[in-house]
Amino acid sequence: MIDAWILAILCLVVLMALATIRLVLGPTAPDRVIALDTVNTLVIASMILFGVVFKEIIFVDVAIVYGLLSFVSTLYIAKYIGGEL
Amino acid sequence: MTALEIIVYICLAIGVVFNTLGVIGLLRFPDLYTRMHATTKATTFGSIFTSLAVIIYALYQFFTVNDSQGLVLAIHAFLAAAFLAFTNAVSAHAIARAAHKSGIMPSPAVVDRLAEAKL
Repeated sequence: MIDAWILAILCLVVLMALATIRLVLGPTAPDRVIALDTVNTLVIASMILFGVVFKEIIFVDVAIVYGLLSFVSTLYIAKYIGGEL
Repeated sequence: MTALEIIVYICLAIGVVFNTLGVIGLLRFPDLYTRMHATTKATTFGSIFTSLAVIIYALYQFFTVNDSQGLVLAIHAFLAAAFLAFTNAVSAHAIARAAHKSGIMPSPAVVDRLAEAKL
């Protein structure tokens, strides 16, 4: 049962590496921002799975706080790109 | 392999497959707005399904083994999935609006109704 969780986490880590390619290549700044947003979402999903694998609820709490902080940072970057800051 | 394990495996598989589709769309689509279309919806859907697998597993632990950690894990995973759903939608809207304001257009664009609307 544990092996399925670890396999899913490995798949998500490979997807993070693939999204990092777009983060490096991206022609414009909003491309990089949505690549970073994708990496953040995948980190949150894999942290929830880590909470099951290690039987530690603190991982899920860290995932909640990480999600809210990444949301605030994405909003600020969007304000900066739109020229409203 | 019990019925519950099959349900959890199916939820995990759906989540990982939709995350994969979102990242493939991020790599292969030609345009900012189509990339955003791929990543925002597919990645949110996939992450909600992996969280759903965690919630089902934790509730099963709570109701059979009577492990109180299971209920706490289920509630926290549900909170994380709910925050993820709301914040992804709002941040994608903000990035799309900012990209349009900074002058990025879809590549074969002919008309721009949003600029004509004088927001």
